[in-house]
Amino acid sequence: MLTKKRTNSAPPAPHMLNRLASAVGGAVDRRTFLRRSGIAAGGAALGAVLPVGSVRKAAAVETAPTAGGNIEMKRTVCTHCSVGCTVEAEVSNGVWIGQEPGYDSPFNLGAHCAKGASVREHAHGERRLKHPMKLEGGKWKRISWDEAVNEVGDRLMAIREKSGPDSVYWLGSAKHSNEQAYLFRKFAAMWGTNNVDHQARICHSTTVAGVANTWGYGAMTNSYNDIHNSKVIFLIGGNPAEAHPVSMQHVLRAKEKNKAHLIVADPRFTRTAARADEYLRFRPGTDVALIWGILWHVLENGWEDKDYIRRRVYGFDEIRKEVAKWTPDEVERVTGAPPEQLKRVAQMMASNKPGTLIWCMGGTQHSNGNNNTRAYCVLQLALGNMGVSGGGTNIFRGHDNVQGATDLGVLADTLPGYYGLAEGSWKHWARVWELDEEWLKSRFAEGMMNATGIPVSRWIDGVLEDKENLEQPNTVQGMVFWGHAPNSQTRLPEMKQAMEKLDTLVVIDPYPTVTAVLHDRTDGVYLLPAATQFETSGSVTASNRSLQWREKVVDPLFESKPDHTIMTLFARKFGFENELLKNIQVNGDEPLVEDITREFNKGMWTIGYTGQSPERLKDHMKHQHHFDKTTLRAVGGPLDGEYYGMPWPCWGTAEMRHPGSANLYDTSLPVAQGGMGFRARFGVEHEGVNLLAEDSYPEGSEIEDGYPEFTMAMLKKLGWDKDLTDEERQTIESIGGDSVNWKTDLSGGIQRVAIKHGCAPYGNAKARTVVWTFPDPVPLHREPLYTPRRDLVADYPTYEDKTFWRVPTLYKSIQENDFSKDFPIILTSGRLVEYEGGGDETRSNPWLAELQQEMFVEINQADANDNGIRDGADVWVHGPNGGKVRVKAMITDRVARGVAFMPFHFGGHFQGQSLRDKYPDGADPIVLGESSNTAQTYGYDSVTQMQETKATLCRIEAA
Amino acid sequence: MGKMVFHCDGDRCIECNACVTACKNENEVPWGINRRRVVTLNDGVPGEKSISVACMHCSDAPCVNVCPTNVIYHTEDGVVLHNKDGCIGCGYCFYACPFGAPQYPQEGNFGSRGKMDKCTFCAGGPEEANSAEEFNKYGRNRLAEGKLPLCAEMCSTKALIAGDADEIADIFRQRVVERGFDSGGYGFQQKFGQQSGGGPRAGQKL
Repeated sequence: MLTKKRTNSAPPAPHMLNRLASAVGGAVDRRTFLRRSGIAAGGAALGAVLPVGSVRKAAAVETAPTAGGNIEMKRTVCTHCSVGCTVEAEVSNGVWIGQEPGYDSPFNLGAHCAKGASVREHAHGERRLKHPMKLEGGKWKRISWDEAVNEVGDRLMAIREKSGPDSVYWLGSAKHSNEQAYLFRKFAAMWGTNNVDHQARICHSTTVAGVANTWGYGAMTNSYNDIHNSKVIFLIGGNPAEAHPVSMQHVLRAKEKNKAHLIVADPRFTRTAARADEYLRFRPGTDVALIWGILWHVLENGWEDKDYIRRRVYGFDEIRKEVAKWTPDEVERVTGAPPEQLKRVAQMMASNKPGTLIWCMGGTQHSNGNNNTRAYCVLQLALGNMGVSGGGTNIFRGHDNVQGATDLGVLADTLPGYYGLAEGSWKHWARVWELDEEWLKSRFAEGMMNATGIPVSRWIDGVLEDKENLEQPNTVQGMVFWGHAPNSQTRLPEMKQAMEKLDTLVVIDPYPTVTAVLHDRTDGVYLLPAATQFETSGSVTASNRSLQWREKVVDPLFESKPDHTIMTLFARKFGFENELLKNIQVNGDEPLVEDITREFNKGMWTIGYTGQSPERLKDHMKHQHHFDKTTLRAVGGPLDGEYYGMPWPCWGTAEMRHPGSANLYDTSLPVAQGGMGFRARFGVEHEGVNLLAEDSYPEGSEIEDGYPEFTMAMLKKLGWDKDLTDEERQTIESIGGDSVNWKTDLSGGIQRVAIKHGCAPYGNAKARTVVWTFPDPVPLHREPLYTPRRDLVADYPTYEDKTFWRVPTLYKSIQENDFSKDFPIILTSGRLVEYEGGGDETRSNPWLAELQQEMFVEINQADANDNGIRDGADVWVHGPNGGKVRVKAMITDRVARGVAFMPFHFGGHFQGQSLRDKYPDGADPIVLGESSNTAQTYGYDSVTQMQETKATLCRIEAA
Repeated sequence: MGKMVFHCDGDRCIECNACVTACKNENEVPWGINRRRVVTLNDGVPGEKSISVACMHCSDAPCVNVCPTNVIYHTEDGVVLHNKDGCIGCGYCFYACPFGAPQYPQEGNFGSRGKMDKCTFCAGGPEEANSAEEFNKYGRNRLAEGKLPLCAEMCSTKALIAGDADEIADIFRQRVVERGFDSGGYGFQQKFGQQSGGGPRAGQKL
């Protein structure tokens, strides 16, 4: 019998510590060694790039636009970022021959960035993974789908048999549609593990946790379009000009038409900063100090919105105490930001309202990332900018469906709809799935059903760590990369070891990805070709919580299959197809996508994913042109008054026709029209202090005060239960009577009745600035694990080491080592406009690849000259964990002295070696390069295990 | 019949390269040939500005004047096109062009230049509109379909606009009025000393 491992017995030292000892101790020797090996590799060509004019000569003939003459238009959504740009595809005889601008879309108004303008290349797919393959004796061998599913299935089942279900890790994707994401989480549950996660862990997990714990929901509060109404746009740790270019259309519109002030706070002078009125440079990893530095001026001058704070904010006095410590001098000492500039920024934000605050991964990827995100929220609360049009925290998500995949629970700590891992949640979903809860329980190892899984950022430790150190029965032995680029994660040299130690390594992806080539395995690797979202249909959630429906543009290319079909094949193999697809029609091997939507509509009450039926979604796509380009509200027509894509929460059932909620926490609208207060998620009082809103409630509310979340008992108390229909009452009684609440009532009756009386089903509370359940209840500045500022470590130390999310996690025992002598330059990372994520897809697209052919590191002139580095020359960037990358030097003042930057999209080179030969024939991306994450280091957020990639150290030497 | 123009608004362009890829996509332009490019000035320092450049379809087009085989011509819409059949790849048009628009694929050995290729304002060439022959030589003829060049239609921030000169002038004039200034036009900064806000302090050490 497998049981959960105890961790209070003294475990062996985590393997990371052994690495540390060698990194700190032997620096001089290794440097000598590396320099030598650098010279040796100097003659090697840096990646074969196609000769000029040698590609695509013949392609034109086949795709002449008039061939056939019969052109069909398909409307879909770009698969690159979270803006959700509509793609209008011209299809002739099943071939995608052209792309037209989608002018009707309120999100992009016809526009695209380089990536969006190039998505038709999917129809060529020259570098795609074309059929299932397996690695046999070091060679790729083509196999059939039957062989692939059988062999992979047998191997994974053998692992499950021997070591338990938690020894297989199901790594899902932000590239899934909502339906696939939902099915994937359900699939993992039926396999019997919570070792399931996706890119959100390493992109915005600290946002979701920080923001949800502040006011209820962990998502962008307003929308890209609502930025039109802002008077100030404060952008920190984000570079939308490259990462979300189409969003800049909305930002620039606010700047021009609304005279909005654009403030960009970033260690790097980004392309976005170049468009700013005020560029605020600060040291990576000091966001909390910077925000408190701004708030210090606000509070010092009494510029805060005192009435707003009284009515809608909890715990602000504790914030005042912490902020009082952040005098301009101290802020400058820690962040490097000039005091006079901070005062100017504070004044600008206080005197121009509404103002919006935007952040991205520059704020989230830190060991205290959850503190950063909460500090941003606190600043907006202090200014009274939350719950108003033109205000809000407009968090730009990364991938096209990272919001949806998060909402649908492709996460190690929740089920779909953020239902936590607890008995009540399982009972709820078992009811939706119409399955016996005992059967579900039988799928898990004892005691593991409610145990948070290993996050994707730490899967390698799940493999490499001694099993005595893990809070699960055994180590991870089977790894399924289902739409995930491994090079988007740190510590690649260790990941290579982990991949080599695994029993089975599976890639399910349209491209082989770096997973196919990083390791030196000779057997036990399988590549299964997945279709892209252009080859199937389904819904996708943009950053602003709007859902859009994608039409299928073309049939799956080559032998690829859509993700939900592949899940069906494996479920069949594992013997739970009937349970997985109990209420879903299956045509051949493919489940009906609309049926999956309808199923999650039945269970996603917590965040209002219940009203967006496939029929309503398709109507919204059809009538895109009816929606106002700023408010997102339909004016006239059949959808009059609805918000585009029904941004969640779209309460109740689809029949209730809730319009969706464009701006969260907006009390100026009735709940029935998208209004609401903050969510009553944390109880009604804490240590005797009221947590519910005071003198603040949504327009038209019959309860003119704060109130807790709705339950059947509460309805009865209010006498509103008489408004329930008999059918609704019956459903509620069958589930549990008085204890049933707005989240578990499958009839939607409680939500409907609450809204009828003008109340938000989730209650009406204050936002909390003090999260008493987190390691730092009030957000604190803490120095990064790898900090160059040893003088600040005593004042702002990191956390104590701890074990959470099943793995031992180091903080203090890393920070107490001084790496700054051998690794004096701060290293940060970010995006390029042409590429996305790990870049396998975009680097395989010739139209994009041509524009960025070389991996590089940005170095300040001074650092370059101090280290004998010339522009365009090869350099080695060494990380303190022992990884190194050989890249081109780009000398620029974009980065400050002492800071270096690398883009994270490259892969296929490893520590100076090209891995091109290791790709299956014809499936190697056109452009390869070193992954920044080979040199990136250990370090994880104290709440969510987000990796710390935005503030580490490096040493740069001429190669 | 109007006069077709491109205009790139330097206050809007963010160097996202959508125009470059849209052009590649629409016209199946091969690797190594770029009918459109984004040029960035003051890269990485305050004052950074980008502008998207292709053939500007000049009224008094130097390329038309210098072409020894007389294959470059104006259409009724004021678009500058050329007949590849008569092009000898001599490169005169490249010398004459102030925007570096003409491109030459490599043809044969010893780096000999192939037939000149450049932006057609998505208006194809002398062949029958929307014929396969026209597409293979010049790319799509969107004007014949009543559409504008795809680069401008897809521009992420509506920086690059294309169309009839009168309409483009109206659109841009309206923007300038709304903004209250025009730093997008060439020479504005020199004339009015417009500041780009607080930049990083010189030598600021982090």
